[in-house]
Amino acid sequence: MGKTIFEKIWDAHVVATEKGGIEVLYIDRHFIHEVTSPQAFSELEKRGLPLFRPEQTVATADHNVPTWNQHLPIPDPLSRKQVNTLEENCRKFGVTHYGLGHPHQGIVHVIGPELGITQPGMTIVCGDSHTSTHGAFGTVAFGIGTSQVAMVMASQCLLLNRPKKMRITVNGQTGPGVFPKDVILYIISKLGTGGGTGHFVEYAGDVFRNMSMEGRMTVCNMSIEMGARGGLIAPDQTTFDYIKGRKFAPSGEAFDQAVAYWKTLPSDEDAVFDTEYHFDAADIEPMITYGTNPGMGIKITGRIPQLDEVSSKENFRKSLEYMGLQPGMSLLGKKIDHVFIGSCTNSRIEDLRLVARIVKGRRKAANVQAMIVPGSRQVADQAREEGIDQVLREAGFQMREAGCSACLGMNEDKIPPGEYCVSTSNRNFEGRQGPGARTFLVSPLLAAVIALEGRIVDARTYAELADVL
Amino acid sequence: MEKFTTLQSTAVPLLIENVDTDQIIPARFLKATSREGFGENLFCDWRYDSNGQARPDFVLNNPLYSGKILIAGRNFGSGSSREHAAWAIYDYGFRVVVSSFFADIFKGNALNTGLLPIEISESFLQQLLSAVHANPKTLFRVDLENQELAVPDRGLSETFEIHPYKKMCLLNGYDDIDYLISLKDRILAFEEQKPA
Ligand code: SF4
Repeated sequence: MGKTIFEKIWDAHVVATEKGGIEVLYIDRHFIHEVTSPQAFSELEKRGLPLFRPEQTVATADHNVPTWNQHLPIPDPLSRKQVNTLEENCRKFGVTHYGLGHPHQGIVHVIGPELGITQPGMTIVCGDSHTSTHGAFGTVAFGIGTSQVAMVMASQCLLLNRPKKMRITVNGQTGPGVFPKDVILYIISKLGTGGGTGHFVEYAGDVFRNMSMEGRMTVCNMSIEMGARGGLIAPDQTTFDYIKGRKFAPSGEAFDQAVAYWKTLPSDEDAVFDTEYHFDAADIEPMITYGTNPGMGIKITGRIPQLDEVSSKENFRKSLEYMGLQPGMSLLGKKIDHVFIGSCTNSRIEDLRLVARIVKGRRKAANVQAMIVPGSRQVADQAREEGIDQVLREAGFQMREAGCSACLGMNEDKIPPGEYCVSTSNRNFEGRQGPGARTFLVSPLLAAVIALEGRIVDARTYAELADVL
Repeated sequence: MEKFTTLQSTAVPLLIENVDTDQIIPARFLKATSREGFGENLFCDWRYDSNGQARPDFVLNNPLYSGKILIAGRNFGSGSSREHAAWAIYDYGFRVVVSSFFADIFKGNALNTGLLPIEISESFLQQLLSAVHANPKTLFRVDLENQELAVPDRGLSETFEIHPYKKMCLLNGYDDIDYLISLKDRILAFEEQKPA
């Protein structure tokens, strides 16, 4: 029997198999950030242990950093302490640290790929659930808790139960205005937030093959929103072309050798999955969420379900009450207060380019505050070089500096209670963007058009957008 | 990690499904650099209103319910990988969380924190909830060795699954770091033979 790509990578990293089938998995790359690492460093200190493989560890500050004036000391004392603690710990333990002001700083899942640190066939972990993003390169990448961060620091290994294998195949051609974000929101709306639990997902089929690496990252990023441990896409020429020439990617002969290995990774024809789903690309339309988990999504032209159409009635009622919405209503025409374009889901240069194309020469609606937070310093620098930041500023968008920002509302970028935010991020949980904040998740295309209109609209109805749809 | 063997306690019923980690401990409280003190902000936005006043309708503010066991609706702990969620529940005083379905990362984090996640059938969950509603003083008994959760007064019980390794760790208060360090030679040998 053949193997799936997941099995090939996993098997190549098993150091030992213990009683009861628990496996010791070797980790190639460990990304750390300021929020989930301090207690792990303390654990090492408490036990008098060194960090086992500092050269396989990379740190950056992203979750808790301001997106204004990053050259100044952080005003919030707790945030400042956390960010400084990371810097000190990295110095003490010999870890490369891309802190504030460093040209490589940014959201951890944006910088790994753009620096070429993320490569096919690797095992990658980080104390952050959206580590699944790196799966876009054909890696086994997943989020871990702080105790596990300490384990990897101490031994470069984790004790794990092997997840089950799921394959989600989407074949065919998506229609106009359908972006990778819509594809993954659609899948999550079908499977629900627990649908992937216990599984590692492989995305297969035309739709993913035809996606850019940025699009694949958007998809893999949200694997966790259906409960999956991670998601990946087999590497191909698109992957190799993206990696080639990046700072930490192999070069010359080493690159060719690496590619030869990467080409052996895709799942064998006769590989078997525990669970399979098939979707038809033609059924996917631009999506928006209406509730308080990412599985509560509908087509932009759709209606919120009626109470009798849902299974968790109590939850549904509570969600709609929080959102200030009614069963059965359409979201089209709904006035909104904020647009947030950012997060490890959609803050890469491709996303910013798309937004700039749409808003060029136009102006955001007066009732909307629109904020763009690039995923990394490199994205910000590139946007400046391409004149994108100028276009966005002229359209009335605030251009911020790199970080997680209003994706999780840990710094001061919060949406005020009761206000509506259309967001390109990945979570619409209660209070995620600030206490009482109400979030609609969408693609960057919809976010840009909604920022111009000040209300929820279907981008496909605008003739002047024909060339971006 | 503290040992866990058996526990007898009343329980707190949380009748909400899909409780995510942003609800358990909102991100704005993740700025600490130590593990302690998160219990204060457990379920903060459900527990307190915007003026910091306790919301009387939230179960943690209801004096009828107390205990070391939290019984919650299905799909508990989805969302972020923050172990702070498990720490907050533990720090508040819970030692067991019961649900009919847990998110993977939360389950792992709980086990690494010394908080026992017990996954039971949906029907048993409903029985437990009606027991605690009928009488908030109902005692629940958790026996890790025998992997059993029981309500002795009502003659109810169900066994639960737990990985034998994790069970051994909890029963003895061991953690994975000690174990992984003991494998150092094998890890070095693995690195030797691993292609670049
Ligand atoms: S951008 Fe949001 S989802 Fe991504 S790592 Fe930061 S907080 Fe997490």
